[in-house]
Amino acid sequence: MIDAVGLRKVYRLKKREVVALDGVDLHVRQGEVFGVVGQSGAGKSTLLRCVNLLERPTAGTVRVDGDEVTALRGRRLREARRGIGMVHQHFALLSSRTVAGNVAFPLEIAGVGAAERRRRVAELLDLVGLSDKARAYPAQLSGGQKQRVGIARALAPRPKVLLSDEATSALDPATTTSILELLRELNRELGLTILLITHEMDVIKRICDSAAIMESGHFTESGRVLDLLATPGSRLARSLFPLPATEAPDTVALTYTHASDEPLMSELTRRFDVDVNVLGGAVEDVAGRSVGRLNVQVRGANRAAALDYLSGKGLLVEEVTAR
Amino acid sequence: MSWTAELAERWPEMWPELWLGTLDTLYMVLWATVVTLLAGLPLGVLLVTTDRGGLTPAPAVRAVLGAIVNVGRSLPFIVLMVAVLSLTRLLTGTTLGPTAAIVPLSIGAIPFFARLVETSLREVDRGVIEAAHAMGARKITIVGRVLLPEALPGLIAGLVMTVVALISYSAMAGAIGGGGLGDIAIRQGYQRFDEYYLWATVILLVLIVQAAQSLGDLLIRRLSRR
Repeated sequence: MIDAVGLRKVYRLKKREVVALDGVDLHVRQGEVFGVVGQSGAGKSTLLRCVNLLERPTAGTVRVDGDEVTALRGRRLREARRGIGMVHQHFALLSSRTVAGNVAFPLEIAGVGAAERRRRVAELLDLVGLSDKARAYPAQLSGGQKQRVGIARALAPRPKVLLSDEATSALDPATTTSILELLRELNRELGLTILLITHEMDVIKRICDSAAIMESGHFTESGRVLDLLATPGSRLARSLFPLPATEAPDTVALTYTHASDEPLMSELTRRFDVDVNVLGGAVEDVAGRSVGRLNVQVRGANRAAALDYLSGKGLLVEEVTAR
Repeated sequence: MSWTAELAERWPEMWPELWLGTLDTLYMVLWATVVTLLAGLPLGVLLVTTDRGGLTPAPAVRAVLGAIVNVGRSLPFIVLMVAVLSLTRLLTGTTLGPTAAIVPLSIGAIPFFARLVETSLREVDRGVIEAAHAMGARKITIVGRVLLPEALPGLIAGLVMTVVALISYSAMAGAIGGGGLGDIAIRQGYQRFDEYYLWATVILLVLIVQAAQSLGDLLIRRLSRR
């Protein structure tokens, strides 16, 4: 749905050049939630702005739903932007307009008639649960309500994709949860493709199907979240499931992305005569699946064979401490 | 007899001239306000949009406009009035009377108002402008439906300041034959030492300024949604 190839963005300051994007390839599939996570200054925001051409990339192409937006200018570009909704960290609502007026604004820009606008605005406010606030002004709303208006506004022209620029970063934890749930719901029910940027790993864990880690202008890891979790040495996996450091000898980190019906631990002790000691770990729902990461001490003569057995069962086995 | 009683007694006798002076002042200020609004608002918008990082960056245009505004702002009004006399004659056929005074009043107020417009427009959240771009809005739409409506309370506050400045300028215009309350204050109050005329014009000017300010404040309160 979104395909960016070889994206580079270089800002020229007075004396030096700043490379904000250094060769980024981004592929967002139709109907998925794709999260780009990274520190501030990593280039996430520039990447997002290159998708709707708020920033024009120095090199590379961006296609949205097959159309090469980087080749568009003027009227054609403005029309293409109407097919790309955007949600902003600080909401970016017009303070002089009511909630209904804000949601109607992109429809006015698109030349939609007054009667159709009213109908669509009512429908959208119902969708985000703010029908009773139609006549309120943004200043009278809470942060979460403002972001709901921002989402309704972004959806008004029926975009194919939604760009989310740190949509929950200005919100408290409870409100963050409700906004993430709303985004997930819209993704599932409308088949809306979402590209979001965030600095919170938690957002990736909670709603993303795919993710990329961004660092100084390029992706260091990218792919489906479940695949990344099963990849040895994945930083994303380690960040999503931080395991406490352990000095205990013979410890391995086990990662599984699908719960097993078999009693693997007891099987291990029985078949290989090893001692198994679970030191710590976490099990959580990621991308709709139960994913676990455990630190387990495995000791005994047949240790190697036992670990091979676990690998054979589809678990990711990584040595944590020296033996 | 006390000062107030004397003023009250003289009032009916002074009133016909004061009333005409008030009408002249209102006439000058009103028309100068209309001209200032029509010229100063676009000028202020251009000062913002042609700036670096604006909607239509044009550093050269911006530099020229900025220079013109600065020249206009730095001339004392009394000097400006004299300096534009020939333009006034060209436009109105005379250099005397309230109609002639509209020309220097407008020229003096346009740069003043343009700077106030610039300041209010700069206060508009950049994120909202970016959001409008992301929605596919044209630049003219962004000016008309984002910048100006979002800055409206500030623009009205600026207009009120301009009207108050124009009232004070108009009194100065009276000094070189512009008519109005300023003219009365100079002729009757200063040249003929009739302090009651002087006080009467002061009272009327204060009332006019007060009315303009209250009306503006009321509008701002009604329109402000922040």
